[in-house]
Amino acid sequence: MRGIWLTFFPAVLLAAAVAVGAQAAASNTTLSLVAYSTPKDAYGKIIPAFQATAAGKSVSFNQSYGASGDQARAVAAGLSADVVALSLETDVATLVSKGIVPNNWNKNPYHGMVTDSVVVLVVRDGNPKHIHTWADLTRSGVQVITPNPFTSGGARWNVMAAYGAERAQGKTDPQAIAYLKKLFKNVSVLPKSAREATQVFASGKGDVLLTYENEAIYANKKGVHTEYVLPKQTILIENPVALTKSGLKHPEAKAFLKFLWSSKAQKLFGDAGYRPVVKSVAHSASYRFKQPKTLFTINSKALGLRGWKSVEYRFFDHNSGIMVKVIGH
Amino acid sequence: MIGKWALRLGALGYLAFLLLVPVGLVFYRTFEHSFHPAWAAVTNPQALHALWLTLLIAAIAVPLNTLFGVTLAIALVRHRFPGRELVNAIVDLPLALSPVVVGLSLYLLYGTSGWLSGLADHGIKILFALPGMILATIFVSLPFVVREVVPVLREIGTDQEQAAETLGAAPLTVFRRITLPAIRWAVCYGVVLTTARAIGEFGAVSIVSGRIEGKTETLPLYVQSQFEGFNTTGAFAASVVLALIAATTVMAMRLFRPKGEA
Amino acid sequence: MATSPAAAVARPAGLAGRMGGGIARGMAIGYLSLIVLVPLAALVWSSRANGLGTFWDEVTKAEAASALKLTVVVSLLVAAFNAMAGTAIAWVLVRDSFPGKGFANAVIDLPFALPTIVAGLVLLELYGPNSPFGVDLAFQRTGLVLALLFVTLPFVVRAVQPVLLELDREMEEAAASLGARRFDVFRRIVFPNLLPAILSGVALAFARAVGEFGSVVLISGNIPFKTEVSSVYISGQIESGNAAGAAAVSVVLLLISLAVLLAIGAFRHWMTRDR
Repeated sequence: MRGIWLTFFPAVLLAAAVAVGAQAAASNTTLSLVAYSTPKDAYGKIIPAFQATAAGKSVSFNQSYGASGDQARAVAAGLSADVVALSLETDVATLVSKGIVPNNWNKNPYHGMVTDSVVVLVVRDGNPKHIHTWADLTRSGVQVITPNPFTSGGARWNVMAAYGAERAQGKTDPQAIAYLKKLFKNVSVLPKSAREATQVFASGKGDVLLTYENEAIYANKKGVHTEYVLPKQTILIENPVALTKSGLKHPEAKAFLKFLWSSKAQKLFGDAGYRPVVKSVAHSASYRFKQPKTLFTINSKALGLRGWKSVEYRFFDHNSGIMVKVIGH
Repeated sequence: MIGKWALRLGALGYLAFLLLVPVGLVFYRTFEHSFHPAWAAVTNPQALHALWLTLLIAAIAVPLNTLFGVTLAIALVRHRFPGRELVNAIVDLPLALSPVVVGLSLYLLYGTSGWLSGLADHGIKILFALPGMILATIFVSLPFVVREVVPVLREIGTDQEQAAETLGAAPLTVFRRITLPAIRWAVCYGVVLTTARAIGEFGAVSIVSGRIEGKTETLPLYVQSQFEGFNTTGAFAASVVLALIAATTVMAMRLFRPKGEA
Repeated sequence: MATSPAAAVARPAGLAGRMGGGIARGMAIGYLSLIVLVPLAALVWSSRANGLGTFWDEVTKAEAASALKLTVVVSLLVAAFNAMAGTAIAWVLVRDSFPGKGFANAVIDLPFALPTIVAGLVLLELYGPNSPFGVDLAFQRTGLVLALLFVTLPFVVRAVQPVLLELDREMEEAAASLGARRFDVFRRIVFPNLLPAILSGVALAFARAVGEFGSVVLISGNIPFKTEVSSVYISGQIESGNAAGAAAVSVVLLLISLAVLLAIGAFRHWMTRDR
């Protein structure tokens, strides 16, 4: 009996390994797309659409999805990438400083941004706790879910949306920071990434989830019983896409990048819940999203937002950032 | 009498609660929406590739660790050399080390600004490619063959081997015809343990793999990515496959378990 | 162990034997170095790359220190519980007999063979918000403890079983025939013999619990200062680009692992010494 096992076990293992087998891709060029986790479904449709065009005919793709910062780090550490699609501009800036992405990556009419979204408040179906404003988030008994801003790009958008919303309502900088402290007292779970936060909320934990609008739409599509509230004041999320220096060597990569701004791709992004950046698509009936009363960006100086570089340092530095004190109660 | 029943029920109840219920749930959740979606979830190209990759990595790591394990066991038991105790301790280290620490150390060694980062410049990709994943898997599954063979080697002693040598047998022949048959069941058991650990590895590989779908995504990583994409059926279906492999391994463990144990 | 250490060591006759043995041994040690030593050396080196002051800061940072404390305390708790539960299970499996014993015996190894992420997924489904039992232990320390109990189950059981099997029952029977109660027989005769094995299993369980990642990362919620263990903290530091911080805390975990291994070695020595 044992003898039979002895010969069988490794043989079965090896046979299985060979039998299941990987199919060799018969194509001419392979491009590597490294992206953050939320647009996975969107790219799942955009890539075949690209491959149906003349420029994309014999192009195959290696795709990797994960938390934005995680992916940027991986590319910096040697993960092959021709096209990087990340959540925040800072993650691309990291790659620029490491010499992986060229300086002029965003010199195009859209400043390198391929999709827009906004920060929204996701609540349970029917909004049982009547959450409509940023102030509602600090009510006692309200449990807020947001990812950890030190590991998640999405979380940084959330924090800056909250801060900017307070400033937009006339509060001063110290008052806005005090609001952040109150907000985070209600935060019960701090998952590592935006997708994980959606997961946690979907599994029944918490009363309100701070996330991208497209993530909220995605969760709904997947059958999660939630709805989302567009707060009166919120931040415009702009997601960058860039060619790496190795990507520049492939005309197919440039063609793919260009394709991302075509109306076909922008419509596919729109279907996935993103706000298209190409105006003709954004203004068309099917993709016209509700506009918040006050929409600000990370560059809204009047509200104390001076771009990601300064915000990263001021709020999210590991040692001296404001969020270190806010979270570390 | 009551005490005996209480102990029996308590122990078995704990086992059932902790082990059987979870495993039962995996099967239930997988097939609760009928067979077809679960089947589709594990037979799509991405899942199949993940399964193949997992098995391939094991198929490489296990023989290497077996060869190393037997060689080192013999060296540790039969020879005296400086640093023997230290080597003994290092071999056991992967048992006590967190997989995250293993992944991080490989990442620091082979990543840019690591000591061996130069390999990537010469076209030898370690991180985010198969070699890195194999190295991580070898690291975590290293000790098992050594640990199983060492006690057996100690117990059987050297009488037969020495007798064979005095009769003029070459060392390799002694190994092949006397040592190896004596340790073969220990080696088998060690191989089964190594395989189980290699297939089940998650933490270390997740740090060094880069999660490239269809290229560096093992089946455990696939489970995680399905779960993250809200494809719970897919996550559970892949989990069933892994659970079945684990069950097979457990049966093999029972078969090959050394006689001194239950 | 039957044979003395001297008998176990052979001197291979002939130069060929010695050389062949030496080469094989050298290659084995080279393999060990490449796979284990060099990466760990790189880890230790990176942790002090920014100076020992930074190393200390990273380790004593509030979140890191809290994670370390939680990790050690929870692991000790789990290991201690396993000492009792594992011994009880081993006892039932060795001394008792009932239908399905073979199955129960085999099933103990399941946590070892199952990938940790699958264990985590399953435990989340079972005890998290979707729980069929109506409990919700996710994102709390209870969930964390449950996950760790799952993965550390086999260690004490498998360490105690062989010792129990080999135990000479004459003394127990003699004591019982002299009127000693069962519990006293256990406490004064059986238990001292089991102790080194129990401790050895406990040490392995502790080491496993301290480093556990895959099963914990889903159910514990990874809340800093509440349910975040060191392995998750380290992975978070890697993800936020703080490799030096990750390396520093990793070195602390590495030292804990080494200490545990030393303890296991001591227990094994104690076990074999009396044989």
